[in-house]
Amino acid sequence: MTATSHTPGAAANDSHSGQIQYVTVFIGGQLFGLPIHKVHDVFVPESMTRVPLSAPEVAGVLNLRGRIVTAINMRRRLGLPQREGNHGIMAVGIEYRGESYGLIIDEVGEVLNLDAAGREANPANLDGRWAEISGGVHRLSGQLMVILDVERVLGRMQGDMAA
Amino acid sequence: MDDLLREFLTETNESLDTVDVELVKFEQEPNNARILDNIFRLVHTIKGTCGFLGLPRLEALAHAAETLMGKFREGAAVTEEAVSLVLQTIDRIKGILAELEAAEGEEPKGEDRDLISQLEAMSMAEAAPRKEPPKKEKKETAGTLVAQVLERELRPGEVSLDELERAFRETAVEVEVVADEPAAEEAAAPAPAGIDFARVAAEIEARMKQANPDDKQGKAKSAEEGEAEAEAKSEKGSVSSQSIRVNVETLEHLMTMVSELVLTRNQLLEIVRRHEDSEFKVPLQRLSNVTAELQEGVMKTRMQPIGNAWQKLPRIVRDLAQELNKQIELEMVGADTELDRQVLELIKDPLTHMVRNSADHGLERPEDRRKSGKTEKGTIRLAAYHEGGHIIIEIADDGRGLNLDRIKQKIVENGLAGEAELEKMSENQIYKYIFAPGFSTAAKVTSVSGRGVGMDVVRTNIETIGGTVDLKSTQGKGTTFTIKIPLTLAIVSTLIVESCGDRFAIPQLSVVELVRVQNNSEHRIERIKDTPVLRLRNKLLPLVPLAGLLKVDVSAEKSEDEGFIVVMQVGNVTFGLVVDGVFHTEEIVVKPMSKMLRHITMFSGNTILGDGSVIMIVDPNGVASAIGTAVATDALDNHADADAARGVDNDAKISMLLFRAGSPEPKAVPLSLVTRLEEFEIEKIEHSNGRDLVQYRGSLMPLVYPNYDVRRREEGTQPMLVFSDAGRSMGLVVDEIVDIVEESLNIQVGSDVPGVLGSAVIKGKATEILDIGHYLPLAFEDWFKRKEISSAALTRKLLFLDDSAFFRNMLGPVMKAAGFDVTICSSATEAMRLLGEGAAFDVIVSDIEMPVVNGFEFAEMLRRDARFKTTPIIALSALCTPASIERGRQSGFDEYVAKFDRPGLIAALKEITSADYGIAA
Repeated sequence: MTATSHTPGAAANDSHSGQIQYVTVFIGGQLFGLPIHKVHDVFVPESMTRVPLSAPEVAGVLNLRGRIVTAINMRRRLGLPQREGNHGIMAVGIEYRGESYGLIIDEVGEVLNLDAAGREANPANLDGRWAEISGGVHRLSGQLMVILDVERVLGRMQGDMAA
Repeated sequence: MDDLLREFLTETNESLDTVDVELVKFEQEPNNARILDNIFRLVHTIKGTCGFLGLPRLEALAHAAETLMGKFREGAAVTEEAVSLVLQTIDRIKGILAELEAAEGEEPKGEDRDLISQLEAMSMAEAAPRKEPPKKEKKETAGTLVAQVLERELRPGEVSLDELERAFRETAVEVEVVADEPAAEEAAAPAPAGIDFARVAAEIEARMKQANPDDKQGKAKSAEEGEAEAEAKSEKGSVSSQSIRVNVETLEHLMTMVSELVLTRNQLLEIVRRHEDSEFKVPLQRLSNVTAELQEGVMKTRMQPIGNAWQKLPRIVRDLAQELNKQIELEMVGADTELDRQVLELIKDPLTHMVRNSADHGLERPEDRRKSGKTEKGTIRLAAYHEGGHIIIEIADDGRGLNLDRIKQKIVENGLAGEAELEKMSENQIYKYIFAPGFSTAAKVTSVSGRGVGMDVVRTNIETIGGTVDLKSTQGKGTTFTIKIPLTLAIVSTLIVESCGDRFAIPQLSVVELVRVQNNSEHRIERIKDTPVLRLRNKLLPLVPLAGLLKVDVSAEKSEDEGFIVVMQVGNVTFGLVVDGVFHTEEIVVKPMSKMLRHITMFSGNTILGDGSVIMIVDPNGVASAIGTAVATDALDNHADADAARGVDNDAKISMLLFRAGSPEPKAVPLSLVTRLEEFEIEKIEHSNGRDLVQYRGSLMPLVYPNYDVRRREEGTQPMLVFSDAGRSMGLVVDEIVDIVEESLNIQVGSDVPGVLGSAVIKGKATEILDIGHYLPLAFEDWFKRKEISSAALTRKLLFLDDSAFFRNMLGPVMKAAGFDVTICSSATEAMRLLGEGAAFDVIVSDIEMPVVNGFEFAEMLRRDARFKTTPIIALSALCTPASIERGRQSGFDEYVAKFDRPGLIAALKEITSADYGIAA
């Protein structure tokens, strides 16, 4: 279950030194970063089972090494158009409140070491759906990286269901 | 809280439960010294431990109780008050223990002077010792012999020296009569004088039996089996070498891991199956066996005897008996039947409730029992046994049985069913209504039961764990409830089905049968309006496509009429789930759904199949309730028809089509009269000869406007209701079709306006009910005449009886339209009066469900009279079951027509009268 997992302790050390490691992913051409200690693994989702009557963002459920993982279609979550074809989809496995989730993304990028101080707040005019799940922005050379706040991505959905 | 205290709490709670049971037994058999000894020792142990742990309050209470029991042992009379007092003390001790646990080992402050002084007073009052030890006689003979056996048996290590000492010590204590010093325990040493060897031997033997590692097992047995085992059990806490206490969570985790193992094994097996000559085959086979055994073993750790759930019952029954002034004996059979502890927890409360119910409602008072020739003491019998992967629990009483008439009355009062429908039901079907929500037949609400929440909750609780509950009752003989529950919740046997390319698992428990349907086979899907139904053994089974229920993409539009129907029963609802394919059955481990998906009531969980894919598990309860609402919302008009067909009394309810025409107030016509709803392009509406017409199915259909205010649209389409009769159609132009509702129709205000029958309240709004009979001649002036011409020579007199004003208003004109001279009566008595006065009719159409004299009786009466022996009589009924049709024939009806079947009625009338005419001519 821990292909690229890092212990929370390590993450804490990272933040002490002012550096945060991010796993970067691409969704609809945009670069996103997930704090590395949140990411359990990266996998290729296979044989996904649709879940009728579920929220549109829920892509389905799948078996990842004996655990049932709920897959979230991040494009839909962000209000982006669906990708044509099914080539090379990837998922980032995360744990949230004791359950396993897989965020379906387009592509995984490299792991970046970024200075915590370099984080900027969301621009005020950011699309509401994005602002809702973004934990800030990092200016990188040549592009911007939006920090994906896992709690908010999933918490909001769980919350919606409860309501 | 330290371990010692924790251990003490668990152990003491268990001991106290046993004391409860034993005391009740003791009360019934006050001379049974063994029971008394047992109780005495338990209380004594509690007292001793309390002293040791420094819990003075508990110690004082236990001491006082012990003293009183000591008096019993000396031969004092055992009175009900005394036992009650001891029970009260036990309750107090339990209360203190609970607080103790909550306060992490801090003994709650407080005084128990009240109880203690009562106990003391009672002990003082009890008479002086009267030696009566029958057991002392038997023991001496065996003395030495047993001791020798002991010497040998002790060594193998099964029973430790400690225990033996303890056994000795306790027997010694017994001889000391009242050993009230806790120190006595500490200082215990084998006291050679007067050792009860027989007892010691018995105890050791019992302990050998106890070697069974499942320490909980003995617990329930003690309630009914011999003293030996009870003793062994009471001591079991110290048998540390044979059993250990394990945290439930640890077991749960173990169970989950084993489930994973099972799944992985299944996956491996699946892979190996595909590769014929794999070298993995043999080791995998072994892995498979080991896994199976491991699974079984772990399952076993979760198993507990059902007696654990029964343990509190003797006490409850005893208290009830006192409160209700009844004599009740509680028989418990099969207390050692084991089931999953999770299930056990869930079944506890329903069981208690049902036993209470039996005691309260089921059993009669002693005087009533005597009158009906029974013993004064009523019996409640609890029995549990295994049957094919299920546990069956029976709760039977030998009381008065369920009161059929009161239940019927209640059903009608609560509007759960009509009287006519009740007539069709078997007694058992009627009894089942006691499980309906809010149903209680208890004439008065007692503190015990009768609040009408009980049986409903019982059923719900049992159903949530996938069980069923059934009952049988015989008047004056008693009632038996039978609960059927699965052994475990963790593993479920399911049927794997396919719908629109996705697979789903349906728990086998609710699957009754599978039916394959094909367009040209015996079983085919028929439709009432758009609602699919299946004829299955003379019954109409409502069908729901799983795909539709789950709202999965049905655009593929496969042949909807071919596939499989999974006939399911949930509670007393039976329905068919239409699926595309059925695969096989598979034992699956239910995994809870992710929180994000838990709101979907249609699924109870998901799991990983042998091939590694995830599958959703359909929740039969969710489906059943979804169907309930589906029927209410989108099944529309079929409802009335289907219900009538199913035999549901629908006299009062009828589907109405609501629309607007000319005014904002809604108007309505009975949906059964409407042939179809159409919308025509405005361009298609033609004008000819001063009236509007459309070409409809190859002929011209005249359009009629209910009033001048109906908006004639300039463009788009014009909605209309089409009425057809005998090949002619008429379009009634409306502004808007609003809704279809099912409501009881009661025309409250009559009307003088032509074309309006009157007004009724529908959906809380005053609604005009249109008289279609008025509009038909507007479309075709000869609508009625035409028929009158054809039957002019034989205009026949028809008598029509119906107690419902609505049907009188609706069908009267219809029959008139068919060329009959209709006389309408609202009851059989009115009709008989008319006939008695000499009125003659050519044909009689009678409703069946009428108050006072029903249709059957009316027909029978007519047939007995020579004058009406040959008059054709047609029955008109909302109920069209084969049984009722047969009954109708027997009563003398010539035809039996469904109330909503207007063409059927006309056809029957034509047939009967023409045949009649033919003969006459």
